[in-house]
Amino acid sequence: METFIPLAIAILAAPLFPGIILKVKAFFAGKNGPPLLIKYYTLIKLLKKGSVYSNSTTFVFKLGPIVSFASAFIVLLFFPFAGGSPLFSFHGDVIALFYLMGIGRFFTVAAALDTASPFEGMGAAREVFFSTLAEVTIFTVLVLFYRLTGSLSFAEYFTGENPISLLSASGALLLFVIVALFMVMLTENSRVPVDDPATHLELTMIHEVMVLDHSGPDLALIELGSFYKLFFYAAFITHILYPFTAASSLVNGLIFYALLSLIYVAIGITESIMARFKMDLVPKFILTSFALVFFAAILTMGVLQ
Amino acid sequence: MDNLLKIQNGIAVSRASIPELPYDQFFTTLSEFVRNDGFIVQFFAYKDESSHKLLAVLRNSELYVVGTKVGSSFQSLTRNVSEKFHMFEREIAEQFGIKPDGHPWLKMVRYHQNYSGQSDVFGNDYSHEIPGNYPYFKVEGDAIHEVAVGPVHAGIIEPGHFRFQCAGEEVLHLEIQLGYQHRGVEKMLPTVAQKRYPIICESIAGDTSIGHNLCMCQAVEALAGLSVDRGARIVRTIALELERICNHIGDLGALSGDVAFNPPAAYFGRIRGEFLNLLQVLSGNRFGKGLVRPGGTTHVMGEEQRHLLREKLTEITPEIEHVCDLLFTAHTVQARFEYTGTVAHERAKDLGLVGYAGRACNLPYDARVSFPCECYGELPANTNFVTNGDVNSRATVRREEIMHSLQLICLLIEKHEQLESAESAVHMQDHELIPDSFVVTINEGWRGEISHCLITDTKGKVQRYKIKDPSFHNWTGLAMSLRNQEISDFPLCNKSFNLSYCGFDL
Repeated sequence: METFIPLAIAILAAPLFPGIILKVKAFFAGKNGPPLLIKYYTLIKLLKKGSVYSNSTTFVFKLGPIVSFASAFIVLLFFPFAGGSPLFSFHGDVIALFYLMGIGRFFTVAAALDTASPFEGMGAAREVFFSTLAEVTIFTVLVLFYRLTGSLSFAEYFTGENPISLLSASGALLLFVIVALFMVMLTENSRVPVDDPATHLELTMIHEVMVLDHSGPDLALIELGSFYKLFFYAAFITHILYPFTAASSLVNGLIFYALLSLIYVAIGITESIMARFKMDLVPKFILTSFALVFFAAILTMGVLQ
Repeated sequence: MDNLLKIQNGIAVSRASIPELPYDQFFTTLSEFVRNDGFIVQFFAYKDESSHKLLAVLRNSELYVVGTKVGSSFQSLTRNVSEKFHMFEREIAEQFGIKPDGHPWLKMVRYHQNYSGQSDVFGNDYSHEIPGNYPYFKVEGDAIHEVAVGPVHAGIIEPGHFRFQCAGEEVLHLEIQLGYQHRGVEKMLPTVAQKRYPIICESIAGDTSIGHNLCMCQAVEALAGLSVDRGARIVRTIALELERICNHIGDLGALSGDVAFNPPAAYFGRIRGEFLNLLQVLSGNRFGKGLVRPGGTTHVMGEEQRHLLREKLTEITPEIEHVCDLLFTAHTVQARFEYTGTVAHERAKDLGLVGYAGRACNLPYDARVSFPCECYGELPANTNFVTNGDVNSRATVRREEIMHSLQLICLLIEKHEQLESAESAVHMQDHELIPDSFVVTINEGWRGEISHCLITDTKGKVQRYKIKDPSFHNWTGLAMSLRNQEISDFPLCNKSFNLSYCGFDL
């Protein structure tokens, strides 16, 4: 039960948090904003609808949403929410999981190309380029974490004797990691300043344009998958911020969701005080995150040896 | 210049006084005029008895008109003289089947059958609707891909087809094909009762209803010899300025939204509503429809209206300043606006851009200053300080114009207060027009120079009604601003021009 309850809460609560971003953005714009549960309503609405498929698409198009949802979902099964033990865990699972998300993206891209729309092709090219760059940062983070803990699994990072945390001895280095991961989170989840989830302008979109042709339950799966993905990145950062070592799992859970909400608020604030970057600045933005983590990784070599 | 007749904005002249030159002389006169910093206001064909005639209205610091007679073709001025003739010649070819020989890109403008029943210059069969399936300028090569956008777009905008030739993210060429909103306004106007003129002219472009209607009313006033109360002139000027403010504010908000900077987008959206409401105070309609009529205005501005206007302006002016500061001082916004969609001064001049698009390229032409009508002669002019031709310049010019217009409205309210007697309301009625006359009216609408031309026949009926929306000049400017830009910046460039589809399509 200890394992299942945090996981079940995470799976059920993930669509709540994007609502917080919308509320924060609405606050900055002087509006009331949509209700906090808007994403649940959207999902229910989409699930009730039928799907429309273009004549020019094949089974690849239908596969895209399912695979991308499944990959995002599986990652959650391996994550130790609020310091609890994850459902599954094995040595090296982080590498497998990041590449699993890569498979999810691959199928999204394949589905986009399957529509043969020039818009979707353009979006696919951008998405692939930017996520390739983001991967460099992520794997440098993993290298750094390996140097700090000697392990390659989420459970070992965040539970056990010596979890990775800002409060630990090497905490200063993790400041870089937190900033870098926040940047990667914005990139991977198509948030401002990299992408604009609210725009209707196809020519400027990155991720959104790839799913333009999906509708109904397919779109619901894509949405839900993207909520899980964002939830995963936010939870990842939360765990680096604070070690969930309290004896009571209830206390851990409360602190976890409080910090997690703060990260979503931070996303909302970022989106409210910044405009989007010009497309050619995005690679520089992502590579900045790499530079930060790489710097931290270099420091471990000097500091810890 | 000896061959040209000097005319004035909104003053009728007899058709007999317009010089009608043989074509070769017409050609050299126009070439010389345009090469010496001259611009084209109108250039169109009309049918007179059994032959076709061309008429050109030109401007430098003055207005001129000159005509000629043509057969089934004439030598193209676009190829030999200036790009400024490009669209006008295509329009002539489309409307009357008269071919500009040697035109470099002879293609239909709006896709409709010509008025004269001649065989089609472009060889089109108009019984088929062929949206998006036109001849396009093509760039060839392995790395080139073509992106077709429209005619149906996401969001609530009008239909238009955009064809991009791209190398990766870079746009090499953009071609814009419009015409999906063609309603045949020019052809219809001479056939309908005069009472319908204001209704039709207010619908030429929904966001410029006052601008276009004012042009029509001034033309009818000139041809019918009507005088307009000073009070009514002031109200009409206020209405035109309010229309300018509404649209500029709406567009600054939309520009902000396009770069995903939400707060100003939301604030400007609300402030735009306040100005639409002020137009409603003046006219009973949020877009100022039904206000301007030949001879004056249908609504009298009383103490109550003046009070409402003054109160609201005092309340809202500092708000606008603050939101503008918020938008223009955010450096992420500046990074998006600056050096994006640049049209160089020389190119803008070649194309003859008008309005804020022109002023942002350091072409200071403002019809309110050059050819003042209504109350503009006694009002201060505006100066623009950022004129690099990029999105930032176009946005800043609009900001400066908003502040200038606010100041003008305050001055106008004061003037109205000092009037001894209020204007009297007028209603639309048929007016007898002077026969065999010609008039051109020019107003600086919010987008730029709007111009209407009326020619009456021997019985005083309207023989030809020619309309030109500023978008007719500026669409090419948008296409040029995209050269070597990233395709993802297109929506931003497009919004910074915000041209009219229906004003162009007529």
